[in-house]
Amino acid sequence: METLDARHLLCPLPVIRVQDRIKTMQPGETLEVACTDPGTRHDIPAWCRIHGHRVISCWDENTEIVFRLEVGA
Amino acid sequence: MQENPKAVALISGGLDSMLAAKIMQQQGVHVEGINFYTGFCVEGHTHAIRKKDKAKPKRNNALWVAEQLGIKLHIIDIIEEYKRVVINPQHGYGANLNPCLDCKIFMVGKAREWIAENGFDFIVTGEVIGQRPMSQRKDTMPVIARESGADDRLLRPLCARNLPPTLPEREGWVDRDRLYDFSGRSRKPQIAMAKELGIEDYAQPAGGCCFLTDQNYSRKLTDLWQARGERDYELDDIMLLKIGRHIRPRPNFKMIIAREEGESRFLQGYKKSFIHMLPVSHRGPLVLIDGDPGEQDLLLAARLTARYSQGRDAEQVEVSIVREKNREQVSVTPFPAHEIPKEWLV
Repeated sequence: METLDARHLLCPLPVIRVQDRIKTMQPGETLEVACTDPGTRHDIPAWCRIHGHRVISCWDENTEIVFRLEVGA
Repeated sequence: MQENPKAVALISGGLDSMLAAKIMQQQGVHVEGINFYTGFCVEGHTHAIRKKDKAKPKRNNALWVAEQLGIKLHIIDIIEEYKRVVINPQHGYGANLNPCLDCKIFMVGKAREWIAENGFDFIVTGEVIGQRPMSQRKDTMPVIARESGADDRLLRPLCARNLPPTLPEREGWVDRDRLYDFSGRSRKPQIAMAKELGIEDYAQPAGGCCFLTDQNYSRKLTDLWQARGERDYELDDIMLLKIGRHIRPRPNFKMIIAREEGESRFLQGYKKSFIHMLPVSHRGPLVLIDGDPGEQDLLLAARLTARYSQGRDAEQVEVSIVREKNREQVSVTPFPAHEIPKEWLV
């Protein structure tokens, strides 16, 4: 599993970072992303839906929002 | 030519680009969206920061539009490259520091590079002749096509019939008769079209989607350039211009004062990079000091910090001053509100 630190970035930068990282990954691989902007709760799942990737889970860790994503085909 | 021509649409998140992309989809064109992040985009930022805006939806409108259309959206970070557009626009600024014409040329130019790299055929925008005073005029729209290098691969479906036929029209990739001839500032034709297409929810950003069109923001950016003696910026600079009350009591330093809890929390992230102050005897805002203040300057800043605390009417307020790892505490008389010269307020 790969990890990405998108903390302290405001949207859409966390989405851009996720987009750029996923470009380098293979279908079926997973990416865990840590964010602090509450806007990511909406934007990262929306971006995943339109690009065919899957949000496996999303949870809060203190002030952080963490997503686990699976790269789609 | 393949059966389904491929177009990339510049998606801002507003109605016009959404309609332009939809018109192309209706003609069987494969459409994907592209959205550029300049750092000056109004989208989301201040809503995410300010506590009073917490109740507002934080959706990214460009992503939302893409999802409604069922298209992919590629968000491109152009922060670094965009500096030359803002700092030295060849076609000048609009009413504020908005380089709208250079901006559109730059974005269409980036889209041209994108279609070349990704095997797409043409570019679509939601531009309408006469809709905007700088970038969407009959005389400037050909300038955008020419100087971006997109030339006749740039199609504006909402006003195409007011313009010479483009390559997609001449080649029959799209049917010109099913394009539109909108013009002028009225939004009525777009709103009617949206209704006809069953589009009921769309963003209508007041004053556009770019902070550079905002007079207050432009004044702060001008102040930043004057104080530093050069027209340049980093992403953090332009983010901080969106936040807090900015006061420049002396040419060599500026104070950024959080106006509410959400801004204080956001400014916390910058504490390591700035001298900062916080009232300790009374509740009050976090204050960042930008520039190169001397000792007397810091005492003045501490008095101003005290003025914006709940101890503003107290005789003395204790203020903590942190410089790198050194923390000191000073006791100061709050600066009287009525004595703050207007010209200090940026």
